[in-house]
Amino acid sequence: MSTETLVPYDEALARYEPVLGIETHIELGTTTKMFCGCATEFGAEPNTQVCPVCLGMPGSLPVTNRAAIEGIIKIGLALNCTIVEWCRFARKNYFYPDMPKNFQISQYDEPLCIDGYLDVEVEGETYRVEIERVHMEEDTGKSLHVGGATGRIHGADFSLVDYNRAGIPLVEIVTKPIVATGDKAPLVARAYATELRELVRALGVSDVRMEQGSMRCDVNVSLMPKGASEWGTRSETKNVNSLRSVERAVRFEIERQAGVLDAGGRVIQETRHFQENTGSTTSGRSKEEAQDYRYFPEPDLVPMAPSREWVEQLRAGQPELPAARRARVTEEWGLAEKELRDIVNAGALDLIEDTIREGADPAAARKWWMNELSRRATEQGADLAELPVTPADVARVSGLVAEGTINDKLARQVFDGVLAGEGSPDEVVEKRGLKVVSDEGQLGTVIDEVIAANPDVADKIRGGKVAAAGALVGAVMKATRGQADAGRARELIIQKLTS
Amino acid sequence: MTIIKKTAAELAALIASGEASAVEVAQAHLDRIAAVEGSVKAFVHVEPETTLAQARAVDDRRAAGETLGPLAGVPIAHKDVFTTSDMPTTCSSKILEGWRPPYDATVTRRLREAGLVILGKTNMDEFAMGSSTENSAYGPSHNPWDLGKIPGGSSGGSSAAVAAYEAPLATGTDTGGSIRQPAAVTGLVGMKPTYGGSSRYGLIAFASSLDTPGPLARTVLDAALLHEAFSGHDPMDSTSIDQQVPPVVEAARRADVAGLRVGVVKEFGGEGYQPGVLARFHEAVEVLESLGAKVVEVSCPHFTYALPAYYLIAPSECSSNLARFDGMRYGLRVGDDGTRSAEEVMALTRAEGFGDEVKRRIMLGTYALSSGYYDAYYGKAQQVRTLITRDFDAAFEQVDVLVSPTTPTTAFPIGERADDPMAMYLADLCTIPSNLAGNAAISVPCGLADEDSLPVGLQIMAPVLADERVYRVGAAVERALQDRWGGPLLAKAPQL
Repeated sequence: MSTETLVPYDEALARYEPVLGIETHIELGTTTKMFCGCATEFGAEPNTQVCPVCLGMPGSLPVTNRAAIEGIIKIGLALNCTIVEWCRFARKNYFYPDMPKNFQISQYDEPLCIDGYLDVEVEGETYRVEIERVHMEEDTGKSLHVGGATGRIHGADFSLVDYNRAGIPLVEIVTKPIVATGDKAPLVARAYATELRELVRALGVSDVRMEQGSMRCDVNVSLMPKGASEWGTRSETKNVNSLRSVERAVRFEIERQAGVLDAGGRVIQETRHFQENTGSTTSGRSKEEAQDYRYFPEPDLVPMAPSREWVEQLRAGQPELPAARRARVTEEWGLAEKELRDIVNAGALDLIEDTIREGADPAAARKWWMNELSRRATEQGADLAELPVTPADVARVSGLVAEGTINDKLARQVFDGVLAGEGSPDEVVEKRGLKVVSDEGQLGTVIDEVIAANPDVADKIRGGKVAAAGALVGAVMKATRGQADAGRARELIIQKLTS
Repeated sequence: MTIIKKTAAELAALIASGEASAVEVAQAHLDRIAAVEGSVKAFVHVEPETTLAQARAVDDRRAAGETLGPLAGVPIAHKDVFTTSDMPTTCSSKILEGWRPPYDATVTRRLREAGLVILGKTNMDEFAMGSSTENSAYGPSHNPWDLGKIPGGSSGGSSAAVAAYEAPLATGTDTGGSIRQPAAVTGLVGMKPTYGGSSRYGLIAFASSLDTPGPLARTVLDAALLHEAFSGHDPMDSTSIDQQVPPVVEAARRADVAGLRVGVVKEFGGEGYQPGVLARFHEAVEVLESLGAKVVEVSCPHFTYALPAYYLIAPSECSSNLARFDGMRYGLRVGDDGTRSAEEVMALTRAEGFGDEVKRRIMLGTYALSSGYYDAYYGKAQQVRTLITRDFDAAFEQVDVLVSPTTPTTAFPIGERADDPMAMYLADLCTIPSNLAGNAAISVPCGLADEDSLPVGLQIMAPVLADERVYRVGAAVERALQDRWGGPLLAKAPQL
């Protein structure tokens, strides 16, 4: 459907400098909505979590949810923002059926949190993304357009609206223009979204699930010719619903806009929609005739004036934030940068820390989660955290190995059992009879058989080539299906053949 | 006829003592409504069965030994701007025709709990925009003093009902004078409490920062009793003030002004004011002086700009508040024939559902809030609002209350100003400053104008949260003037 000519990425970056801006909406995980007492549970029957207030019925009035304000202040503090002493809500006026009042209670020129930053790392370089503002608003309902080809309102046979989402507290985080990222722009955008997600998750104020829409990014991209001082016209890409999409959307827009500019064209200021399947963006509503939202202070709500005591109390109660935590574990676990990144990307940081807290050695905890269990998660197409194995289980397995009750090979079988629902590690060891065999009598019989079956190797050892014992140990392990204590077996073999 | 002529306080006493039941009192008023409603047209909705069921419930509660509020069993008419869970609520607009809200307004709920019996919903200017009820989609109400005249507005159905003895009490809302002006032109007492003193929850918003629920009654004491019954902090309304209700009933009973400093607003008088209105006003001021008040003239220079500021702020808020009426979720829906888009259906619904004045104000407000105009209009109006508040602050340093005529003229003929919005807007000239500043203000009858023998209102204004002061002064004036008249002013009204 598009007739755009894309310019290959490297070529585009050779001629143009991208400028980014990212607006992120985060639904707070409060138990009730922003301005009424309705529940906020995701996935409930449509229109069952509604009341006169969130349906915008005539005469109803909003009352601010203190827990939501607490949530946004925590986010603002974590983003190094100033929490203002006084601000107001504002009405953003526009008509759309999923907005019960045909205005959204939001904030305009008086946001609650201003002037912050978030440092992100890309390929060892730190980029400081400056935060313009963090403000509070309410979510809209959700429209479902039935029939038609696009799933959009135009061409649909009819539309259904679910107001369960209407009035859920929404925090909008707006960056200042992100400049001088060059060809790293898509990665910086992704790193920012990733870091922001980790940060908010660490604060415990939202589940930040992009696939469920509790975190949504709008990505603004503009290009200017290298060396120019004036920024170009930006596009705003919506519906960017995964971290990977953030990166792809930026990349695509750079390639597309470079094509437009190379052809002597003019980038149109417009809303674009990201298409997950093609990785491209398509034109949405044009913002050339800028929509006038007629903002004005919300007269139904009194101004917000968070006391300094409250803000300081919240600051003091902030948990360890991801960057600090990463620095700490890198140090404590002696990690290389890449190892840490792999752990974070695998979503294993919490799991490993919890495992260590349950008594495991850091190296062992990391080894089990990052190798054995990661492999199984990949096989099952599941997240690590979704595997039916707990950090306590992993700590116990690693403990059993350390005390010599089992070895690594047996440990894998223990995990098989735990994942298959056969019980705790101890129960699996018991049921499957997975203890290491180190008893001299039991091992001795097996060793005798192995020596008899491998006379050549035995002779080498007898002749002083002790290193050849490895082959016999392997045979012992095979014969005992891994249950033999390999070290003990080696000792016994050498003892038998050299004494 | 005896029951309906009684004040709410008298009715409450009769019911409390068992001399009359709530059902008898309700029935007497329903009979009166049946008799005169054809010419007064005060109500948009009357549902006798519902009313009588409520009255029976109050009688049952009393019989069961429950302790009831001071107005239990007294009937009341609610302005159709308050949601009622058992009666339709339309704001006298076609766009809400037949809408039955799933919930009670806080004012409705509190009065229901206090045992007041709802007679029905009263007519009003559509969405409270107007000063005559002529903007009602269901036709105008008529002034019981002269059926050819307007009963004021927007709470004109409420004033007509109380002045015609169809109800002893009524609720109203005052955004720019919508309680005080109807009270003034029908010879009633009408009070605009301090903004935030009475809950707006369930009051269908016209202009959120100005809308104030208040009482209409035939006596100052009745108004105070009703005021006390529905006021007080409401957690459902963020702008509601978390403080004790001022002692208004006590003040209405006290009714003395000795030593009180009274300021006459210099800017309200002279050109454009009906001579008969000014004559009655000056007499009332003399009465206050004779009662021991110290009267001085006070200048409030910015009051002159109140009207234009109001006609930017109120339409701006209304343009946003009324956006929700789009035919999608409740009320009227026009043009939904399967071929039109949601946007078209919204536009058709609003085009047909709203009357001219509502559309005029939505357009004014939309314009005033537009990007590029905001500072010049809405922003500037808010600055004027601040200046008016400062005028009040400065005035109340010198005096305890301010007084002025409530309206520049008496009731005008139905139809006279219908096509002249500016002339209509002038009816609220003296009342608007207190809406902009949020302070308390009452209108009490102060006689009949010589030219047309129609009622004139005296407006008494007090600082924010000093509501009791206007009751004190109002009751004193009421007592003195009734002595002079030999009874209530309303007794001079023609028999219907």
